[in-house]
Formats: sequence, structure tokens, C-alpha cells
Amino acid sequence: MGRVEGKVAFVTGAARGQGRSHALRLAHEGADIIAVDTTAKVDSVPYPLATAEDLAETVRQVEATGRRIIAVDADVRDVAALTKAVDHGVAEFGRLDIVLANAGISSPAPTLEMSEQTWQDMIDINLTGVWKTLKVSVPHIISGGRGGAVVITSSLAAIYANENTAHYSAAKAGLVMLMKIMAKELAPHRIRVNTVHPTTVATEMILNDATYRLFRPDLDSPTRADFEEAARTLNRLPVAALEPSDISNAVLYLVSDEGCYVTGATHVIDAGGAL
Amino acid sequence: MGLLDGKVALITGAARGQGRSHAVTCAREGAEVIVTDIARQLPTVPYQMATSGDLAETVDQVKAHGKVALALETDVRDQSDLDETVQRGIAEFGKIDILIANAGIWTQAPFWELTDQQWEEMIGVNLTGVWKSAKAVAPHMIERQTGSIVITSSTNGLEPGLNYAHYVSAKHGVIGLMKNIALELAPHGVRCNAISPGAIKTPMTDHQAAWDMFAGHEGGTEADMIEGGYHFHALKGATFLDPQVIADTALYLNSDLAATVTGVTIPVDAGHLLLTGVNAEPVK
Repeated sequence: MGRVEGKVAFVTGAARGQGRSHALRLAHEGADIIAVDTTAKVDSVPYPLATAEDLAETVRQVEATGRRIIAVDADVRDVAALTKAVDHGVAEFGRLDIVLANAGISSPAPTLEMSEQTWQDMIDINLTGVWKTLKVSVPHIISGGRGGAVVITSSLAAIYANENTAHYSAAKAGLVMLMKIMAKELAPHRIRVNTVHPTTVATEMILNDATYRLFRPDLDSPTRADFEEAARTLNRLPVAALEPSDISNAVLYLVSDEGCYVTGATHVIDAGGAL
Repeated sequence: MGLLDGKVALITGAARGQGRSHAVTCAREGAEVIVTDIARQLPTVPYQMATSGDLAETVDQVKAHGKVALALETDVRDQSDLDETVQRGIAEFGKIDILIANAGIWTQAPFWELTDQQWEEMIGVNLTGVWKSAKAVAPHMIERQTGSIVITSSTNGLEPGLNYAHYVSAKHGVIGLMKNIALELAPHGVRCNAISPGAIKTPMTDHQAAWDMFAGHEGGTEADMIEGGYHFHALKGATFLDPQVIADTALYLNSDLAATVTGVTIPVDAGHLLLTGVNAEPVK
């Protein structure tokens, strides 16, 4: 008996990285999955975004657990596409219990030098995209009348200031109050809303030259090893970067019955970095 | 397969209430447990404290999960008591992986009327007792380069409460203590986190003085307290919560699920901290 047996979860940014890991973890624990990711281009993002093949791989891995998955190419900036994906999934699986607003981008740049497009893409995806995700999905949890759980992926960057991440940190900090207000609005429906704040996680969003340069401005062409040397100094526990599964474990706790009275909380998963 | 298979957990204040829930949950998930309690009355505490019989009942409930419990009557204010508890635990089970520093008391008075003894007992048990408990297990955890400590704070570790300044001071204090323990033990692979429970129904909170506080007058009833519990929490249907909800979060924090979580405080408060305050009795 899984810890989310028989439940249905909607996961954004599910083609790879933390999103795929969350989908798989919940499927292993008995949930069916409605997954979205986008093949739309975002010009301000300096690393390759997920592909249709990545999303197909998530489908293959979830199905290998014996659970069902509906995966749709939908952009979190597109309410119509999101609505269609969620409505289709709920029609198919008959309910919705869990929403994981995970989709996000990174595009480090100095605050005064970044283009308007870089700022706007970030806010559209990492902040407004979460609101749109919840707007189209949470009404299904409410109408189920069984309560439920929402986890929003924020970041340690919502709490600590670093150069060159003003747009990212502004979006991630904005999510904290979005979470708290939704937690308050949804408490009468027994729907819990929390944020997770990961430190550096080893995903394609992080493992790229732009992020390596963000961590090592002292080097012309830093390698992963150079990046890890700097990343390790952020953490107190002896680890350079967390694995997506480390975050999935925290998400699982928050959405399972073990977290049934936890709401409005900001859960830091940072190997002691905040200390 | 349990989340704590093969582990050994030391739980203070384990005779009843949250401590008993921790002990039984650890056992259910595969751990051997060392359970301690002072099992006698403290002079400033107005409610009946736990007894030896309560501690024996915890041991019986642990046994029902097929696990062994070593039970010791230990005062968390007494370092030599705690050191001996740790030594006996290691002698019995070979190691200690987990400490749940749970023992605590709750008494009430306006801060200017608190007696020295009320203050000293509160700080001694709820703050210094946590430091001494962690101090007792730390060298062993450092030697083994592994371990997890969970400290019971409170929503009063994050906000004030009328007429228990000593409790608020101690519960705020353990959050600072937790962060420092986490910082100092991180290089050794040992984690430390805190839980901030909302209103939990235990013998510490369910008695005449608490009923009166929720009723707003003497002669309050348990029904007044239960009604107050709904007002204390935000989540639908949540009045005073079962201690199990705190044990569930400690289970997460002590398990490998939280292997990279250290230095955090998790409120388990049914949304209490979301509620903005109003002045219920303004002086105009």
C-alpha cells in the first residue's frame, strides 16, 4: 500500500529533472499522474529546455511502475492549454488530489543589464505560471470534497540574496506569499499548500555553462568540478548538489498523510545551507 | 519494511502524550527505543504529571510492535542521569541513531507574577533539558558520524502567548539551540531539526487550567477547550490534534526521506501561523 495510493497528482515541468522525479516517486507510492511540460522555446534561457522525448521518457518510467499517466505538451504560460490538459486528466482518472507546481527556468544575468524579455519570461513562467497552474487545477480538488495538497517549488533564492538572480529570486519570493494566501483561502476545504526551497539540485537547469559561470565568475570556462567546488561551500552537510529524489522525498512527506496538518509552511531542503 | 529499520531512538518525556506517540511510531517503523520520563510531579506544575505506570504502558505499546523498549526514569535537568541513560542505551542496543528531545511542561502566569521557581523549572526542563539531552548523545553521534535529533518546539517558539512568557522564552530558545546544533554537527553528518506543534491534545494541555484559559473564565470545561481549538487552527475540522500528527513529522525528519534536511523548523499547526490576529479584548 503506497503512501498516496489511489490519488491523482498534477505535475508541471514533468519531462525531466525534479518534475520527473516527483511524478515517479508519487507513482511508486500509488498515484496516477497528469504531467505537463512544454516544447515551446524560451529565448532568454541559456540551456536546452526539455523535449518531447524527455516527456515520453517520463511516461515510460511512470508506466513501468504500473500506474497510469496522461502527459500533455502544455506551457504554464498558457491557461487554455493547461486547462485542457488538467480537464482531460481529471475526466480520465476521475479526481484530483495533489498539485505540484514545479515548472521553472533559470537565466542568470546582472539586474541592470538583463533584457526586458529575460525579466518577463522569468516572471511569466516562475511566478505567474504557478498561479495559472493552481487556478486551473485546484478547483478540481475543491469539487472532490476530499481535501488535498499543493506543493509549490520555490528556492533557497527566495530567502538568501545572490548576485545575478534578481528576477529568479523575485519570482521565487513571490511564490511564498502566493502559497501562504492560498493556504489560508483553501484551509476551509482541507486543502494544504506549502512551498519547498531546495538548494542546488543536480538537474539540467543547473548543470550547464551559464550556471557554472554564475557560481564561478572567477573562471573563464568553469567545469562541473569547478562548479561543485563552489556549490559545496553553500551546504553544511558534506554534499555539493542534491539529487532530485531528495526533493521528491520532501514533497512526498508534504502531500502524504504524514503531513496532514502541515500547511502554510516553507520547507527548506538545503543540507544546512541556511545555517 | 519500516522507515527506521535497524535504528535506535532515544525519546525523552515518553511516558504519555507526544512522547508516547513518538516511541510507538518509532517502534512501528522498525526502531528499538529507549524511553525516559521524570515520572513524578514537579512542584510548579498544576496538572497531574506522568507516572511510572504511564511509562510502563508506553513500554507495553512498543512491545506490541515486536520491539524492545528500555525504560528509564530520567530527569532531563540532570546531566549525569542523561549520560547514564545514553550509556545504558548503548550497552543494550549498541548505538543510538535518533534523539527526540520531547520532554516538556507548561504552566501559566503573567510574566511579572511568575515565581523564580516557575521560571527555573520551565527553563530547566524545556530549554536546558534539551541542551543536556543533545549534549548527552552528541559525542556518540560524532563518533559514528551519523544521527538525527528532533527537538519539540511550539508555535510559541515563533510567536508569543499570553501568560506563559517562560514557556515562550524556552520554546524560542530551542529553535536557536536547534540551529546551532545543526550547524556544529553538520560536518559530522548529524542532522538536527525542530517541530512547532499547534494545539495538541495531551495531558499537558487538557486540564482545568487550560480549559479556563480557553473559556476566558474560571470553571471552563473541556468543551470550551475543544471549541477554542477550532479557533486556534485554520484547516477545516481541525481542533486539538492527536499527538500522532507530531510523531508523523518526526518520523519523516528522522528517516532517510529527510537525509538532506537539517536546521529547519516545521510547523505542524493546521495553518495556525497563517491566521492574522485581532485584539479580542481591546482597552479603549
